[in-house]
Amino acid sequence: MAVEARTSDFGGKARVALNDPKLRANFRRAMDGLMSKRAAQFSDKEEWTALRARGAAVRARALARLPELLEQLEAKLTANGVTVHWAETTAEANAVVLEILQKAGARRVIKGKSMVTEEMHLNAHLEANGIRAVESDLGEYIIQLAGQAPSHIVMPCIHMNKVEIAELFAARIEGQPYTENVDELTAAARKALRDRFADADAGISGVNFAVAETGTLVLIENEGNGRLSTTLPPLHIAVTGIEKVLEKLDDVAPLLSLLPRSATGQVVTTYVNMISGPRKPGEKDGPKEVHLVLLDNGRSRVFCDTELADTLRCIRCAACMNHCPVYTRVGGHTYSFTYPGPIGKILTPQIEGLDCAGDQPHASTLCGACAEVCPVQIPIPDLLARLRTEAVHPTSIAVKGGGSGRSLAESLGWGGWTALYSSPLIYRISTRLLGLFGNLMPACTPMLREWTRIRSKPKFAAKSLHELARERGFSNDER
Amino acid sequence: MSKSGRPHTAYFFGTCLVDLFYPEAGLAGMELLQREGLRVVFPQKQTCCGQPARNNGHPDEARAVARLQLDAFPGDWPIVVPSGSCAGMMKVHYPQLFEGDPDHARAVAFSARVFELTQFLVEVLDAKLTDKGQPLTITWHPSCHAQREMGVVDQPKTLLRQLANVTLVENPREAECCGFGGTFAVRQADISAAMVTDKVASIEQTGAAQVISGDCGCLMNITGAAEKSRKAFTGQHIAEFLLERCHGR
Repeated sequence: MAVEARTSDFGGKARVALNDPKLRANFRRAMDGLMSKRAAQFSDKEEWTALRARGAAVRARALARLPELLEQLEAKLTANGVTVHWAETTAEANAVVLEILQKAGARRVIKGKSMVTEEMHLNAHLEANGIRAVESDLGEYIIQLAGQAPSHIVMPCIHMNKVEIAELFAARIEGQPYTENVDELTAAARKALRDRFADADAGISGVNFAVAETGTLVLIENEGNGRLSTTLPPLHIAVTGIEKVLEKLDDVAPLLSLLPRSATGQVVTTYVNMISGPRKPGEKDGPKEVHLVLLDNGRSRVFCDTELADTLRCIRCAACMNHCPVYTRVGGHTYSFTYPGPIGKILTPQIEGLDCAGDQPHASTLCGACAEVCPVQIPIPDLLARLRTEAVHPTSIAVKGGGSGRSLAESLGWGGWTALYSSPLIYRISTRLLGLFGNLMPACTPMLREWTRIRSKPKFAAKSLHELARERGFSNDER
Repeated sequence: MSKSGRPHTAYFFGTCLVDLFYPEAGLAGMELLQREGLRVVFPQKQTCCGQPARNNGHPDEARAVARLQLDAFPGDWPIVVPSGSCAGMMKVHYPQLFEGDPDHARAVAFSARVFELTQFLVEVLDAKLTDKGQPLTITWHPSCHAQREMGVVDQPKTLLRQLANVTLVENPREAECCGFGGTFAVRQADISAAMVTDKVASIEQTGAAQVISGDCGCLMNITGAAEKSRKAFTGQHIAEFLLERCHGR
């Protein structure tokens, strides 16, 4: 598992990624495919508009009552025989999971896909304590073999192509000959994983939705590995963020439609698991023990700000990154932290702090492609702008590292900009001077240097529109 | 507005980029409105919509500049803008920007009067254009904010398709951002460069002789990169292009 950097260095990592033609081709091809699959699912604009409004409303309603719904969820799950644990930090969550495993004497763990356990770096923590955790989602299995972190929240190994996976399997799976045949590669992973399912002492999974009304953990997946991980071993530990709660079982329906259609263009996932407790007396299968670990890790801080709390509506479909022109070009590893793409750009600075990921909200043109496809209507560009503000003019203690982006040069620059554009007289003089002398500006001035590396110099017009409008006699009627 | 009769007067908000770099596009926009029988008022007090400051995390500075625009357009006439991005700032973001400010009501009333130029020509004026130009193949580049904030998608194409001698070739990647993003082009210069390089390539693949856009930020970015890499196509603002076609150049 790659160790996370303390700061983003988005620009530096982006430069490396942009100069990797294979990586760029892998992302471009994959994102093009995902975009067209999603578009085919939502060709009926009316249905899309109505459904996403429902999805957004369901998530907003749950978040509005988050504290009480979490208590209700805990009560219901406890009544169903599930043990609920609360963790404020990732370190606490790791300790809770380790303790449950150690108590049960578990040494071998099989894992279903879970981004929250990636956020915790759980595998590394377990390994350091002598417990082997094997990822069973094919994509997660591949990156675990490669010793990498996910580059996408739904398709963790999307940055790799067939040839790279073929080379990896031949090198890392015992007795596996080199093949680029996808069916053979999948079969090799399945064969290797079968034994891991069979000998696992415990299964660890994520959660897509936790229903407070009934105490149901909803888990969707395509490979059946999630079902095996949560039913075959005698112990199941589900791990999730506190924001994943829903009020009622009915609320699952619109999200179950929106999530796979937005993510992979599937009408429904192959498996929909509704987990409501351990094996009951007389039942022949299912785990004997089920635990749910609820992780905060900054989410309750995000919850305190009414505007930024919209971040928590996210259902992790990844449509925002699939449609992001920046993500498509730089890939997921450029984002340094667990959640890449537009959702990462708003979530990471809030969890980790603007002082260590403050460059991420600026790594966007605010084009709005993300918000356009978000199935729960998170206003991502507005939240990016808000976080840019918090970095220089902190207004909310809910944002960690607020004010860390202040610089004297920038303050002076914007002060000058404001003076120029809020005074018609100064503006008139300045545009006149720029019209006369602007084109003499050498291309090596800081702003122009970056611009002209691949573009010609912009040409100032000799006369501004203000001047031309006066000359042509356009009315300056101020009433 | 179109049902209760056409407006007789419209304000024109030129935008700061047009003012400095593309004044001909601004003049053309005003002339297109005059051709439809409107009196066009260009308040000399106007400067910039304030978007650069807002997008860089300086809402107070943005509000100071925006307030000047509220003062500069006091009448109740529509405010026509030859940019989807500046129009989006004034229509969508002004009400948020002035939340809790004594000028909030004024900002809301102002935003309700804002139109992007092609939107105004099609939806309010129902403009009909006659093409007097030579046969030409073009492609269209929509700005992100025109599409996603102003909902301006079909209106410019409606106008371009009225031109009998103009063939509009669709760019399959037209909806993708060109990589301008204001200060993004300088702050994240490498990513911006990759984006505009791809955009230029996608335009080149259409085989069009010209790319037409309604936003000068995108145009400056796209034509700047095309010129530097010696591409065969040129670019023009839609207002200037439409007017030239109507005049037969």
